[in-house]
Amino acid sequence: MAITSRGFSGRRTPADVKLPPGQYLTTDFPVLSAGPTPHIALDKWEFTIDDGTDVLRRWNWKSFRELPAKTITVDIHCVTRWSKLGTTWEGVSLDTLFKDIKTDAEYATVSSYGDYTTNLPLEDLLNKQAWIAFRFDDDDLAPEHGGPARLLVPHLYLWKSAKWVRGISLMHEDQPGFWETLGYHNYGDPWREQRYQGD
Amino acid sequence: MSAQMNYLDGNAAAGELSRIFAIDVTSAEGQCVHCGTKKRFAEARLYMQCPGVVARCCVCEHVLLRMVNVRQHVFLDMRGMTYVNLDAACSGGYASHR
Amino acid sequence: MWRIGTVVDLRDETASARTITLQVPDWPGHLAGQHVDVRLTASDGYSAARSYSIASVANPENRVEITVERLPDGEVSPYLTQELAVGDRLELRGPIGGWFVWRTEQTEPIQLIAGGSGIVPLMAMIRSRSAAGSSAPFRLLYSVREPGAVFYRDELRKRSENDHAPTVTYAYTRVTPNDWPRPPGRIGASLVAEAAWPSKLVPTCYVCGPTPFVESAAGFLSACGNSQDKIRTERFGPTGGRK
Repeated sequence: MAITSRGFSGRRTPADVKLPPGQYLTTDFPVLSAGPTPHIALDKWEFTIDDGTDVLRRWNWKSFRELPAKTITVDIHCVTRWSKLGTTWEGVSLDTLFKDIKTDAEYATVSSYGDYTTNLPLEDLLNKQAWIAFRFDDDDLAPEHGGPARLLVPHLYLWKSAKWVRGISLMHEDQPGFWETLGYHNYGDPWREQRYQGD
Repeated sequence: MSAQMNYLDGNAAAGELSRIFAIDVTSAEGQCVHCGTKKRFAEARLYMQCPGVVARCCVCEHVLLRMVNVRQHVFLDMRGMTYVNLDAACSGGYASHR
Repeated sequence: MWRIGTVVDLRDETASARTITLQVPDWPGHLAGQHVDVRLTASDGYSAARSYSIASVANPENRVEITVERLPDGEVSPYLTQELAVGDRLELRGPIGGWFVWRTEQTEPIQLIAGGSGIVPLMAMIRSRSAAGSSAPFRLLYSVREPGAVFYRDELRKRSENDHAPTVTYAYTRVTPNDWPRPPGRIGASLVAEAAWPSKLVPTCYVCGPTPFVESAAGFLSACGNSQDKIRTERFGPTGGRK
């Protein structure tokens, strides 16, 4: 029943740019958040991997920054329809963090400082598909964009790239996170436009 | 650096919530499950620059209510409030649509 | 429930803000302080909605006025302030809100504090008071960047010629008029203490504007002795997820 508004077209993307369905190209970097920006002192920051019972690995900022890091350039896609191409980050690969961890868990729940969580299959975090990123565009990652460190999983919608990441729990059962429990798609592949449950 | 004030208040979500609540929600009193504070919903902190609507307690910042529109569905989570007390008299005949 | 309004008038308030008058045949009426949600839909079905306070007083012609400020990176406000033409139609939902409202039955002193475009719902209250012939004591503290940013400037000046009009104190944050007694700057505790009703009169206060402005103004009102339940706030800000 909605009427069409004459002359309104929302945001436009140049015709020659290939984006996932329903996305538009942005050159700025929108800040989206479901809550206040946490401010975590680096001397208190830590990142853990646990299996639900035991902490398997723990890093503080110093030991985390001693890990080998990579500079990567990726496209990112937000479920609110903006895409940003060719973004450059520096981060530690999840393959590095999971080195020597043996598990038969198939799922991961990612937790942030604050109360945000998201879930994904463990295999989507491995094989050069995910990083814990601490620099963006040649600068320390700003708090409003998830600094000191955020998860980056560019092949899925950006809500899976949890800001202010604090840990990953290995799960035997998939546990839908903050947005997944409220109607968003459990997996979130932008190229199959998996925005919502049932897509 | 001052706290980043990236929130609005309950008034900003009232239009969306009017899809669910027949009575004006901004003047409703609610209690936060986490800290027990009782406030008008108009005083809640609303985070709307995200893939849904998230209302948080203005005292402790715990989530009071979350809402997402998915096509013709509305997903609603109100676990963060012990109760909501809506006063039909506050709608005054003009404050609610129907 | 969305209604359709037809644009019947457009009036520039400042270089970046425009008042849009809509005729809404089935409008149920509204109270001062309430707002509408406006929805735009592109031909591909994409839609965007934003909230705007109603500036006008309910009237038998079912005309509803909103004043929209153009945001530099906005998605909707540039369309509403530059593209929209008389005869175009808009979808609106409302009126919305039962808390940030002034009812003509209220007789207590009213303290209004506006930051920038936060003046819109407060202006509806001023207009409503006048239309109802109310003698409720009103004061307005109106903070803007510079003289050219004042909405409803001529109307406020005209109203001030009347003895029963609200007392208006202007505060300029960047550029003041010539011979202005105060240097430009954000409102502070002392200005609020000086310009607002004394808290012992137990005024009902309405504060509207961007979130940081509202937090600080409400804080000053509180510091003056006004209790929390006497301070009503409405925060304006982006909802489109842009930065």
